[in-house]
Amino acid sequence: MVSLNRQHLDARRLLCPMPVIRTQDKAKLMQAGDQLEVLCTDPGALYDIPAWCRINGHKVLSTAQAQGEIRIVIELGPLS
Amino acid sequence: MLAVKAVLAQGIHVEGINFFTGFCVEGHTHAIRKRSAEKPKRNNALWVAEQLGIKLHIVDVIEPYKAVLLNPKHGYGANMNPCLDCKCFMVNRALLWMREHQFDFIITGEVIGQRPMSQRADTMPVVQKESGAGDLLLRPLCAKHLPPTIPEREGWVDREQLLNFSGRSRKPQKALAAEYGFTDYATPAGGCCFLTDESYSRKLKDMWQSRGERTYELDDIMLLKIGRHVRPRPHFKMIIGREEGENNFLEGYRKQFVHLRTMSHMGPLVLIDGVLNGDDLQLAAQIAARFGQGRDAPMVNIDAVMQDGSLHQLQVKPMAAEQIPQEWYL
Repeated sequence: MVSLNRQHLDARRLLCPMPVIRTQDKAKLMQAGDQLEVLCTDPGALYDIPAWCRINGHKVLSTAQAQGEIRIVIELGPLS
Repeated sequence: MLAVKAVLAQGIHVEGINFFTGFCVEGHTHAIRKRSAEKPKRNNALWVAEQLGIKLHIVDVIEPYKAVLLNPKHGYGANMNPCLDCKCFMVNRALLWMREHQFDFIITGEVIGQRPMSQRADTMPVVQKESGAGDLLLRPLCAKHLPPTIPEREGWVDREQLLNFSGRSRKPQKALAAEYGFTDYATPAGGCCFLTDESYSRKLKDMWQSRGERTYELDDIMLLKIGRHVRPRPHFKMIIGREEGENNFLEGYRKQFVHLRTMSHMGPLVLIDGVLNGDDLQLAAQIAARFGQGRDAPMVNIDAVMQDGSLHQLQVKPMAAEQIPQEWYL
């Protein structure tokens, strides 16, 4: 059985592009196939993190927004 | 965008670098303010990279950028914008990145004569020299006006296919954008830095003056972008949320500041930056009441939470608009 490596990133209170930068920097320490759950408060992250994923070959698994917080789960593609 | 496209068109692999100084004007300020909901919340660098089909690396340069802003060798522009030093710094950072990642040269979208500080015939060589990039810096949009660089001399890039733009007009760029099929583009006339903004620069200088030292942290410069800033006394200023989105953002900072809320009416969250003496809390409450829906009420209830968590409940008469001197507004 393959164990799922899922890590978490707290990017609350950070304004874009800081959530993207933190996501990018965290992803560099992870492996392809790993999942990263990012918690943010800047609504811009809902656009920027998926855009960052699209241009870098990662996959957005889910986005959710509740009580002023945004939760984005991504699956990392091949890292360059 | 055009410079990258011109080089991509020659079959060259390009990746983008976007430096975040903390002063970048990006979609986030629109994202915070609800009234700007109709504006795109996109990060333009990411958007451009996606349009071009290239990778983008966003690099946090907040700390090293402080030296550029605080002591610019070439001075400031009309406001607190150290454009020439900034360009030298960013090209230098790009050079370091280029070497670390085994790339061969750097391109920028500069056009000779386009901007008054960093894109003049006499300052563009300064960027090459002081950044350390020298002839590894290619400006595809005006290359034909400049001596051939290493990528051109070595034949990595065909100089004949590069461009000869110059001057402030952006008509040639618009025509080329149309030729490439771009119908939308970001910041075609610059304006992507808060340091070029007169109001922002005034608030930055005020912050340094009130603290007696020219230093800053990221939170400081973020808060200068948000809310209405009012300094009724030299030793404190008020940061007043202008609408729900800004209030929500300021909520994240309330534990670091004395903060005021209007309890009897709808009103802004107000942070107090500085020290309150004597009757200052009363004054701040009267000003805070002025910016809520109780502005015309005879009395307004304000809760003030001090940094030690203690609560002061005040009942104040809102200050009339004409009682707030214009010079208090930063």
